[in-house]
Amino acid sequence: MAEKFDKQSSLDFVYDFYVKMKKNNINLAYEGEITHQITKAFTSLAENNMTLENDPSSVQKKVFHVMVECLQNISKHAEVRINETTTTDGRGIFLVSKDDEEYNITTGNLIKSDKVNGLRKMLENINNLDPEGLKQLYKQQMREGRLSPKGGAGLGFIDIARKTGEKLVYSFLEIDEENSFFVLTSTVSRKNNLISE
Amino acid sequence: MEPIIIEGTKKTPDINFNAGTGILQIEGRSIPENSIEFYKPMVDWLDEYANSPSEKTVVNIKLEYFNTSSSKCILDVFKKLEDIHKAKKDVVINWHYEEDDEDMLEAGEDYQSILKIPFKMIEIEE
Repeated sequence: MAEKFDKQSSLDFVYDFYVKMKKNNINLAYEGEITHQITKAFTSLAENNMTLENDPSSVQKKVFHVMVECLQNISKHAEVRINETTTTDGRGIFLVSKDDEEYNITTGNLIKSDKVNGLRKMLENINNLDPEGLKQLYKQQMREGRLSPKGGAGLGFIDIARKTGEKLVYSFLEIDEENSFFVLTSTVSRKNNLISE
Repeated sequence: MEPIIIEGTKKTPDINFNAGTGILQIEGRSIPENSIEFYKPMVDWLDEYANSPSEKTVVNIKLEYFNTSSSKCILDVFKKLEDIHKAKKDVVINWHYEEDDEDMLEAGEDYQSILKIPFKMIEIEE
């Protein structure tokens, strides 16, 4: 139910949006279809920025991994309603924020409400595991899981949790009976944490 | 048997599988969205290679990045090699990782613990 486009208020919105991005240290925000070109563009951009910032190469690699897995999750699993009856795959919102301590990679996309419980359980389970538990779960899924027709291995969230060493932060917002909005934030510390391992 | 030579791209690795020398290489980045399509020729090639493998097969893996979709396909490639190893042929997987890349070393160790096949972890100095 899009309202009529109001040019003046849209100008105000742009400034408002800019201020909010700055306040939240967001340096990349995108909404739309996630294609391989988009993935390539965003990961190259991030790599260039991180090189300029002199982030350790282990941090750069972790950010790259998380971005790829998150973007490919959207392109494989997200559902978007065009209207009441038609849906299309592969759209969502993608944000990257950065402060002195960490990178945060956030995705948001529509999913069918009947998938919420299963997904919530999976994420809760991952967050309850320690590094050794995550390793065992990863190996079990790799041995026993099958690739979906779209190439999904069921390993993405486990891999993000293992590589970042951080809990996954997520929420599900019910839009209507059939559709929910799924938001996930993954955090990569900018400190080189090789010593702690 | 014809070798497989595929030039790498920004999302797929260089492939060089040579039955004559028994040297199989995968090198670069592997982040295709659907990796099944990309890895199928290698799995099929190994099926044929398994009929008359070289006395010694040396597999060099030098990956910079791979996504979870690829990780499953790489396991399928390794499983074919495990069968050759079970048939009493010499097979070794040389798993290369950059010296500060703990995640890549760990990924190699995961494969090593899943498979019954000799692995050699090789650190690349920068």
